[in-house]
Amino acid sequence: MNLTRTVQDRLNETLPYDELLPAEQPAYVHSYVYLFGIGTLASFLLLIVSGIILSMFGPQWWHSSTIGHFFNSIHFWSVQAFFFFMVLHLWTAFFQGAWRDGRGLTWVSGVITFTVSILTAFTGYLSQQNFDAQWIAVQGKDAINSSGVGAFFDVLNFGQMYGFHIVILPLAVASLMGVHLLLVRLRGVVRPYPLGRPGEEQES
Amino acid sequence: MMARKKLYYRGVPTAPYDLVKEFLAALLVVTVLVLLFTVFLSSPDEPPLSIKQVAQQDPAGFLQTSVGELNGSSGIAGYGPPYNNSSGSVQELGPFSPQRWAGVHIPVNTAQDYVLGPLSQVSFANPALSRALTQYNTASAGQQGKWTDAYTTALGKATVNGSSVSVPSCACGPVTRMMSTMLQLGQRGAMDGLLLTTPGYYQTDYTRPLLFLADSGAVAAHASQFHLLGTQWGVMNETGNYPGQAWLWLYTTFYQIWPFNTSPMGTAAGDLGPVVAIMFFTLLLTFLPWIPGLNRLPRYLGVYRLIWKDYYRAQKRRPATPTDGVQS
Repeated sequence: MNLTRTVQDRLNETLPYDELLPAEQPAYVHSYVYLFGIGTLASFLLLIVSGIILSMFGPQWWHSSTIGHFFNSIHFWSVQAFFFFMVLHLWTAFFQGAWRDGRGLTWVSGVITFTVSILTAFTGYLSQQNFDAQWIAVQGKDAINSSGVGAFFDVLNFGQMYGFHIVILPLAVASLMGVHLLLVRLRGVVRPYPLGRPGEEQES
Repeated sequence: MMARKKLYYRGVPTAPYDLVKEFLAALLVVTVLVLLFTVFLSSPDEPPLSIKQVAQQDPAGFLQTSVGELNGSSGIAGYGPPYNNSSGSVQELGPFSPQRWAGVHIPVNTAQDYVLGPLSQVSFANPALSRALTQYNTASAGQQGKWTDAYTTALGKATVNGSSVSVPSCACGPVTRMMSTMLQLGQRGAMDGLLLTTPGYYQTDYTRPLLFLADSGAVAAHASQFHLLGTQWGVMNETGNYPGQAWLWLYTTFYQIWPFNTSPMGTAAGDLGPVVAIMFFTLLLTFLPWIPGLNRLPRYLGVYRLIWKDYYRAQKRRPATPTDGVQS
């Protein structure tokens, strides 16, 4: 038994190229509403690029260098754009009932991505090494401690928070976004609700 | 298109779509927007507070904090897990108290870590301080308490002139000498470094100095100027005129509403209550597709009519097909 061929066949069957990058979509996808997801992805790419540059020069660089502060500002506004598009994407997916017709896992992966993204942003604020970081650490510790998590996740420990922010959580967000995109591509976007009043049609 | 998708989209008009071009266009637009905001608005960077600043600007407050750390009456001394075995800040909802269950994992002995330890490190060049420390360390707990109580009382009558404090004479034993050295260390910036010292050469853990600053109340006082306090919806705010973490609106809302902002919930579980609530709502959102009633909410809200209005208009124009109104 050739395992490589088995995996290859399985991938060809479940992940054909024309499903991952289709050149044709339902006509209703031609709408601004469907751009919020891709806006989130574009913002995430900017976050990763600006984050890599900031981490290359160390966590204190941006406090003393004009160029460093410039890249920090790009990172800051990319965060704002990321959450702006992500929240709009979440709301529109909700109003569309985007989990219908076997798309429950797609919805779940999106909500988990949103939750982990908030944690990533939180550790980013804690890694800033300025007053914001001090205050958020001092203020946030009580909530984290009350849940018992504070025993292992010390928001006052810069080294730990920085590690979470630049490696562990971005990898988690990137992986979750990958899974989410894969599910969207494999299952396609949900059909619009049928015309007529609720209850007059059959829904699965 | 795979067979099952073909079946799913039967009757739905399709059109050519360029996902790659869409992504590149989105990337360009977002990049331009971010660059515009960056160039015209920059980003906030309020400098951090230091123990040196606090000791210089509020010397009496610094001494009050220091003596509180020494006699165990400070907020952190009485906090509880994960710092120590006290119970002052332990939160619980009935028998549910994960804070207590997790136990002490980041031990902080306020007397030793904030006062006796730093003083003993600098006492080698100060015989008077060395004698004071010996006297304090060899005294009974009761005697130590009498000295610190007397000092606290005298500190209440102290006169402050700029960064200097004149504490009236008192039966404070060695505590007077210890506290005056503490103030010197604080005002010269030595405490910022001494509190960072953990085993090993490199330092990345600011737990101890930040807890000391928190105890001093200086961080909260500074934060209130930027409207960052919990009562000011602070979680969503940012220093300066910058957007904060607007996406945390749900989390911070729980701190503002009943029953989380009143006794007994606000006292026994001021944070645990909102944490449990937010976890509940996050789980609700996550498993929405399988919650009867809620999973049909968008259908009743009807916002989808606006989202897909062009599709519905086109549907009404074209003749009906057998698949209309039926979803797989």
